[in-house]
Amino acid sequence: MTIASKTPLTAGSTRLISLSNAMPWAFAALFLLCLPFVFQSNSALTIMNQMAITIVFALSYNMLLGQGGMLSFGHAVYMGLGGFFAMHVMNMVEDGLWLPLPFLPIVGGLFGMVFAFLIGSFSTRRAGTVFAMISLGVGELIAACSVIIVVFFGGEEGISGDRTMGPPVFGYEFLTQQEVYYLTVVWLLLAALLMYLFSRTPIGRIANAVRDNEERAEFLGYSQRNVRWISFCASGFFAGVAGSLFAINFEILTEENLNLATSGSILLITFIGGAGFFVGPIIGAIVFTLLQTVLGLHTELWALYLGILFVSCVMFFPSGFAGLIAMHRRPLALGKMKLLIKPYLKVAIPAITSVLSLAAVLEILFHKRHGYGGDHEMHLYGIAFDSGGYQAVAFATIIAAISLILVSRVLPEIREAWDNANHAEDRA
Amino acid sequence: MSAPAIELKNLEKSFGLARIIQGVNLQIAKGERHAVIGPNGAGKSTLFNLITGRFAPTSGGVFLHGEDVTGLKPFEINRRGLSRSFQITNIFPNMTVFENIRCGLLWTMGYRYSFWHMIGRQQDVTEKAEEILAQINLSSRRNELAGTLAYAEQRALEIGITIAGGADIILLDEPCAGMSHSETDLIVDLIRKVTEDKTLLIVEHDMGVIFDLADQISVLVYGEVIESDTPDVVRASAKVKEAYLGASLEA
Ligand SMILES: Nc1ncnc2c1ncn2[C@@H]1O[C@H](COP(=O)(O)OP(=O)(O)O)[C@@H](O)[C@H]1O
Ligand SMILES: [Mg+2]
Repeated sequence: MTIASKTPLTAGSTRLISLSNAMPWAFAALFLLCLPFVFQSNSALTIMNQMAITIVFALSYNMLLGQGGMLSFGHAVYMGLGGFFAMHVMNMVEDGLWLPLPFLPIVGGLFGMVFAFLIGSFSTRRAGTVFAMISLGVGELIAACSVIIVVFFGGEEGISGDRTMGPPVFGYEFLTQQEVYYLTVVWLLLAALLMYLFSRTPIGRIANAVRDNEERAEFLGYSQRNVRWISFCASGFFAGVAGSLFAINFEILTEENLNLATSGSILLITFIGGAGFFVGPIIGAIVFTLLQTVLGLHTELWALYLGILFVSCVMFFPSGFAGLIAMHRRPLALGKMKLLIKPYLKVAIPAITSVLSLAAVLEILFHKRHGYGGDHEMHLYGIAFDSGGYQAVAFATIIAAISLILVSRVLPEIREAWDNANHAEDRA
Repeated sequence: MSAPAIELKNLEKSFGLARIIQGVNLQIAKGERHAVIGPNGAGKSTLFNLITGRFAPTSGGVFLHGEDVTGLKPFEINRRGLSRSFQITNIFPNMTVFENIRCGLLWTMGYRYSFWHMIGRQQDVTEKAEEILAQINLSSRRNELAGTLAYAEQRALEIGITIAGGADIILLDEPCAGMSHSETDLIVDLIRKVTEDKTLLIVEHDMGVIFDLADQISVLVYGEVIESDTPDVVRASAKVKEAYLGASLEA
């Protein structure tokens, strides 16, 4: 896939990416441009913007984790600092500086890159634990600074701005959420495309080599430190872009944007999505944002579910959602997907039931503890019942147990179907 | 006469109290095929590691074409035209065979840290990599992950990566270890082909390979070169026989 094919059609082509590679991009662009016609409410647009920002941030994080083999616990620093600088520049625009809003992410990106350059100068000397520990230390340090240096970080309240004060662009002043959506989406596509292309450059490939075997790369003329440092700067740039987009969308930045919790989430997002794949972080960011916003509306326990998802991901599918999808390439190529459909459908109903009923157990227990003033009336999945007694918990537990047993019954069948679907010769 | 391709002056290396290399002096002329033999644990790999910058010597110096390279990093030494293979296969397991070879090409073909070239569209790199793949007989495995290759194939890939960059000094550490006779023959042919007009320093246990390839042989025992001469002289040397046998009996 990485090599230009030598057919006369594409040989000597000057296209940046081949037609087959360009299709998903064109499709994604079209899809994103049409989305606002389906989801018109401001809250939906806000969720989509947040998703787009998280995708840019997660992709930039994966330049370190997936592409470069650097496990960072402090990546929010670069997004946060990029965002804070962008916000200050936005306020300078309000005071008369000429800068159209769509160019603000470049400014934030450059600041993110400057900090990545400075911190990377010592943190990228070694990969592994040393890098991870330095990233954690720097993350803690900058988060602490944000409370101390009030002039710049605005203390507890953070700093805010007004995106609409810049010169209008083609008549747009970015007053409506929809205009902001299109600005965000254009940047999402641009940033994602640039990061994708980066992975196809000599430095991008050597970053993979250093990830795989840093010592061998040194014997091929490459300084492992410089390779990591350059990746780190590029990653810092795109994190800064994400920070600027955040500043534009929410017009406020606080300590939360650069603290360790945010750094932890982005690691989690990238891992759940699948660090080994370019689309992994994109999937992770979408799943995460949906869990956080949509599920967050319905339950206070969303973070617990996210934690459970993360742990099961590490234990059962360490290559993430993207890895799960990629696993099906071979059955698909062999034309044997149909073998899998029946067992998958068979497991779907008990699996979904068990997830829902296990969640119900947690929700009912949570409701019992926190029911205000003896109010134990509870609504779950459209059913109203009393969470006070033990009946509800017991009922949910029994359903969960039964559905789990059913799932375990289907598992051998799935395993067999999987083996068959992955073998070229028919064993029927 | 021009400076030797490799010159070692009083090279010493200790790990803690253990003196592994104890004052090695060696000159390898440009274009020479030089073999290092010696019993296991004599320090042959350590010697390679000192020459290539993997370890810094405890004392003494390493010179390439007369230039002092002592204490330089591996990548700096590689950029001066020296490339090496490893006794324990050292490849990029999660990248394809083709990409492994390409990684060996990028620096010397001038792409360095470039982020403004699309690697897939650089015909010169692609063609050169294909050429090397054909040379090491791995064209059919081109798109497989290097980590999934059979042992002998990985050894061939190891050599392919080493020679890809076109270095004029090649160091091979036991390239034929663990290979069958037919595989060994293939590798020896390959080595002969790819190191033409180059300086070769090779460690090998297979005496057939040594006498087949080498112009000069140095015998390393307990970190000291006890003999360094043409194959015929070394073969006849009583000193070598005694030391070699003595050492392997003790071991
Ligand atoms: N990094 C190291 N630390 C400590 N001892 C080492 C190290 N590398 C090699 N040695 C020791 O140096 C001696 C020579 O090893 P080596 O150079 O691998 O021998 P050879 O390649 O001739 O078989 C061995 O006794 C080995 O244990
Ligand atoms: Mg050895």
